[in-house]
Amino acid sequence: MSEIELEIKGLNVDYGLGEQSVHAVRDVDLTLRRGEVLGLAGESGSGKSTLAYGLTRLLPPPGVIRGGQVIYHPEQGEPFDVLGLSDRQLRAFRWAQTSIVFQGAMNSLNPVHKISTQLTDVLRAHEPGSTRAARLARARELLALVGIPADRLDSYPHQLSGGMRQRVMIGMALALRPKIVIMDEPTTALDVVVQRQILGQLVGLRERLGFSVLFITHDLSLLVEFSDRIAIMYGGRIVEQASAAGLHKDSLHPYSHGLLHSFPALRGPREELSGIPGSPPDLRSMPTGCAFHPRCPHSFDPCVRRVPELGAPQGRPEQDRSVACWLHPAS
Amino acid sequence: MGEVVLEVVELTKHFPVRRRGREALTRLRRAVRAVDGVSFTLRRGRVTAMVGESGSGKSTVAKVVAQLDPPTGGEIRLHGQSVRVRGGRAFRAYCRRVQMIFQDPFASLNPVHTVRYHLTRALRVHGRPAADLPELLAQVQLSPPERYLDKFPHELSGGQRQRVAIARALGAGPEVLLADEPVSMLDVSIRLGVLNLLRDLKERLDLAILYITHDIASARYFADDTLVMYAGRVVEGGDSETVTQAPAHPYTQLLIDSAPDPERRISPDTVGGEPPSLIDPPAGCRFHPRCPKAMARCGEQAPPRLEVGDRPGHWAACWLYEEAAS
Repeated sequence: MSEIELEIKGLNVDYGLGEQSVHAVRDVDLTLRRGEVLGLAGESGSGKSTLAYGLTRLLPPPGVIRGGQVIYHPEQGEPFDVLGLSDRQLRAFRWAQTSIVFQGAMNSLNPVHKISTQLTDVLRAHEPGSTRAARLARARELLALVGIPADRLDSYPHQLSGGMRQRVMIGMALALRPKIVIMDEPTTALDVVVQRQILGQLVGLRERLGFSVLFITHDLSLLVEFSDRIAIMYGGRIVEQASAAGLHKDSLHPYSHGLLHSFPALRGPREELSGIPGSPPDLRSMPTGCAFHPRCPHSFDPCVRRVPELGAPQGRPEQDRSVACWLHPAS
Repeated sequence: MGEVVLEVVELTKHFPVRRRGREALTRLRRAVRAVDGVSFTLRRGRVTAMVGESGSGKSTVAKVVAQLDPPTGGEIRLHGQSVRVRGGRAFRAYCRRVQMIFQDPFASLNPVHTVRYHLTRALRVHGRPAADLPELLAQVQLSPPERYLDKFPHELSGGQRQRVAIARALGAGPEVLLADEPVSMLDVSIRLGVLNLLRDLKERLDLAILYITHDIASARYFADDTLVMYAGRVVEGGDSETVTQAPAHPYTQLLIDSAPDPERRISPDTVGGEPPSLIDPPAGCRFHPRCPKAMARCGEQAPPRLEVGDRPGHWAACWLYEEAAS
């Protein structure tokens, strides 16, 4: 489990060039291990989706990757930097090694093509030698994998419910047995009951097929339940990273704490909650120092002046935890 | 318990389906039965939550109660008087007492007008002096008012925009607020701020609030009473704590089991099924095809409201509680 699959080092993503550019992702270091579910949480504008698009090189202009490395470690062979791949190498890398399920995936199916066409399209592009019958058989297999009867193959997207469309998208993402599946808010548009069905299915599929997942969402309470490790983003930076259980028990960064206490509990005592005062920062005019300090209840002198670095907090015996906060300076 | 302000009795709303092909020649008229026989009361100083999945008809209820859509059947009573308005003066008089807050503050404010315009207009239409303007902003905790009055919606954050929308609704001096998913478009960290504001306003102005949401945990946090809707019908009701801690209807149990819970791990089990089509809903209880406890009778007769018997006022529309009730 502890083998490294994908390493992001110092990734910087901007929108626009020159003076006017907006730094959406700043100096992000993140590691995805083989077979784990890594949750990435943050509010809108925190840069979580931009990070996902940046590391898969799907960023549409005016998005620009300004620096950093994304190192992929294949099971066999040498690790390589995804950001340095040529277009041709990238074509072979995408979908076969990493696939992505988009935000609002329900609407990312083409409405004028049948499900079968869209599923076999992926296979035709990546396995040019395959026969039509073989591709159809594989498409049928994929639908079965995500729990949709095979006779739905001839349906158009509008004939399926939102949950089914989402499952088709997940099936499509698994078509080439990728090692990494990136999911960008895959269940946000769905109802809780359907969301639970899909996540339950995903857990089962991951156990069987053994891929790792980068799961992006704003719903931290869902992540605690679903992922192994969680990274929390704020204002383009990762502010805390810890195991899901560790973060839930004891969050160090005041923002993580505030975010965890922004979800009313369904069980246990009913408490008065306050959320976080203020509103998320405007990326065009970021506060100096720690981006969270204007909203932080514990902010003190150094917070305004210097950006805290992400590092293992002092005096904490736990492994695998890092935080960027002056309250817990790095050792 | 506060005085009953608004009473909804056996409200029904059907939307006709366009007839196509051969169907157009027959006398068959199909309809989407979005809301079927929904009854509830809103009391002064209390928040009633209406929880349901998308397509359960919860927003349709709000629109019909706000008189934005005419009901197909049933009655809406304001202070005991049946009201059915189509527009004009009667509609304005109704609006003055029953105001609605919409889900998306990005869409519900006009982008070419300032906060000042939005609020003075609400005040003028409902016959209040423009001098109340600063007070209105102070009520929704946007202070100092001068800082916000001349801003355009795009210059405000989502939370501030929703506060302006709430202030506009308060401009009419209403007794009832219908809040249709007021926080689901907002950032997670500011949702509670808006809910706390609404609760504060409810206490200070003695408002009756209908809180429509898909998030049952927020209903427990914010609302005094909770109603659960499924496929156009209310299936369970009672005070929020009882409904969420001791859910009686199998659908409510499914809903609560599905909500994220940091205390456990997601297991690869599958609870099957999806909500039914409302053009041709299942006979009897609409949940019976998905219900793990379904009996023969569930597919034949729709269950009435039956007392669950654990707490006063806790009821479920489920045949399981027939014995407890009798």
